[in-house]
Amino acid sequence: MSQTVLKSLNQALHDLMARDERVVLIGEDLLDPYGGAFKVVKGLSSLYPERVFTSPISEAGFTGIASGMAMRGLRPIVEIMFGDFLMLAADQLLNHITKYRWMYNEQVTVPMVIRAPMGARRGYGPTHSQSIEKHFIGMPGLRVVAPSPFHDPGALLTHAVIHDDEPVIFVENKLMYSRLLKEATSNARLGDLFVRVSADAYPTVTLSYDAFTHADVTLVAYGGMAEIAEAAAEKLLFEDEVYCELVFPSCIQPVALAPILASLARSGHLVVCEEGSQTAGWGAEVVAQVSTKAFDLLQQAPARVAAMEYPIANTRTLEDFILPQVDDIVEAVRATLSKPRTDQLHVVRG
Amino acid sequence: MSNAIKPHPLPDPRTRFVADARPSVQKLYEQVALIRNFEERLLDLFEAGELFGTTHCYIGQEANAAGIINHLGVDDIVFSNHRCHGHFLTYADRPDLLMGELMGRASGLVGGRGGSQHICHSNFYSNGVQGGIVPAATGMALAEKIKGSGAVAVVFLGDGTLGQGVVYESLNMASLWGAPVVFVVENNRWAQSTPVERELAGDMVARGAAFGIDAGQIDSTDAEELYAHFQVIFEKVRATNRPHFEVIHTYRLCHHSKSDDMRPEDEIARFRANEPLPKLRARLAPAIAQRIDEAVAKRVDDAIVWARAQPFPEPGGLGHSLIPPRRKSSSLDQP
Repeated sequence: MSQTVLKSLNQALHDLMARDERVVLIGEDLLDPYGGAFKVVKGLSSLYPERVFTSPISEAGFTGIASGMAMRGLRPIVEIMFGDFLMLAADQLLNHITKYRWMYNEQVTVPMVIRAPMGARRGYGPTHSQSIEKHFIGMPGLRVVAPSPFHDPGALLTHAVIHDDEPVIFVENKLMYSRLLKEATSNARLGDLFVRVSADAYPTVTLSYDAFTHADVTLVAYGGMAEIAEAAAEKLLFEDEVYCELVFPSCIQPVALAPILASLARSGHLVVCEEGSQTAGWGAEVVAQVSTKAFDLLQQAPARVAAMEYPIANTRTLEDFILPQVDDIVEAVRATLSKPRTDQLHVVRG
Repeated sequence: MSNAIKPHPLPDPRTRFVADARPSVQKLYEQVALIRNFEERLLDLFEAGELFGTTHCYIGQEANAAGIINHLGVDDIVFSNHRCHGHFLTYADRPDLLMGELMGRASGLVGGRGGSQHICHSNFYSNGVQGGIVPAATGMALAEKIKGSGAVAVVFLGDGTLGQGVVYESLNMASLWGAPVVFVVENNRWAQSTPVERELAGDMVARGAAFGIDAGQIDSTDAEELYAHFQVIFEKVRATNRPHFEVIHTYRLCHHSKSDDMRPEDEIARFRANEPLPKLRARLAPAIAQRIDEAVAKRVDDAIVWARAQPFPEPGGLGHSLIPPRRKSSSLDQP
């Protein structure tokens, strides 16, 4: 079935609002015919005018309002127009939303989903292009979900809204909206790739060129970086005969470590990709967790691929230069394969 | 776990207040006296090293809690702030659970997790960051309106809280979307150590009115007067399903938190002459006042005795976690 990520999300929202009166939408410019800045909520205000709250430009306020609704039995979905604006609601997330459940000794839950379009490569410049989810993975009590075209974004959103009692930040890479789903199911093939999908509520998809028998490198990526990692893996296969296994988690906090370790047991080499800037990023957390839990699996030092530590430029040449590209991943893979660890005897794998 | 105090068979403040056949002034005096006695005792307990952290006392403002919260029914919501003891005691009439929490005990209001300013009980909530509670209270009121429960919410702000932008975002949306919420600004004239004239420009009441919200003010420390004043406000909010913004000009006779008071002595003395407790007591027959004082003191005594006997939470029993609990030292995570 060829469906875009945008259509998948929009259809899921239509189904959610039709089946469950507790679901309400809050955010800026949600009304039809506009239907949200990226059209994800198109059609909903016409069908459910009493449950779609098009809001003033007040991210902290309407995120907080949604938290109050969530504590009183509704299932609110907040749309942040550009993920960059999520910082305006940072106090609500840090000192309120993520605190209530535990601080009140589990007398309440705050089941709400905050949809946040993130990511660059559209020339929106420094304040409308960032991937700032790394700032939220350090808040205990907050789940961060980030689908890619290899997942079913609508199904993930549905699970987050109906079945997850945690507050969830749902990261939607903006470039991804127009991409066709490459929905992967276990033991099926996706083009040349063999597929495994973890049994988690927010699954990790692992792709192999060699039926999960041999791999040189484990490439971990999420959201908008997944397809870029796939392109890098293809290039490495053709140009270097290097076999990458691609590991695409849909939940980045808590980190889904098991599929990464399973792949590392085959490859022994780790490269983690993210679109946000590198310092204190998601890749740092993955590398730290892998190193402390399974250092012996690493034949060589792990590598991170991320954006440079600059604002994201408006003009294409600079934007491309600052952001992680296919060739940055290729280069990282080649580097990590060329620098063997000297502190242990290698077990030759595969 | 037995309680120090037998919970009242009537769960909500309004029903309890109405069901009590005594004259209103006696009931109000008892509530104000309970808050006063409780907080004076807890200041002693702080001195004695029996409590954790800090506390923000309501001494001088007790008439507000009694004047407002007695109008709330079983589904109505209170969202309070760092200075929440008086609101809570009037709402729940449970000094034992609050004292247990202040002593950090497992059977305190929230098991010792929150302490003085982060408590929850039934439809009562509080949190310690200025202004951040206001959108949540607005959302709660909207949720009840959507559900059709007929419940209203009241949220407590102070003069200092009016410095927070999220308050105005909330007022705007409460008005736009018709949230049945009463915003109560307790203007106690001091934001921690800063006098109101140094932290607030312009007009307080106009801030509510500017958003198309009915707004008013009252300068009073008289619980009877406040009770009558807020009766009209709550009746209107329930009838219209619209918000209301009310400023109470009052005074904090106590320090901001424990032992940090640098306000002018003569100012405090001037307001002490107008404080709520003796004002009500003067309206009672001395024998009745005496009986109420003794009963209140005994309840607080019982609460303290009970709280002292409660266990501290077990370290390790941390309960729910989104992230699988890890050791503090990650090197120990090695399989």
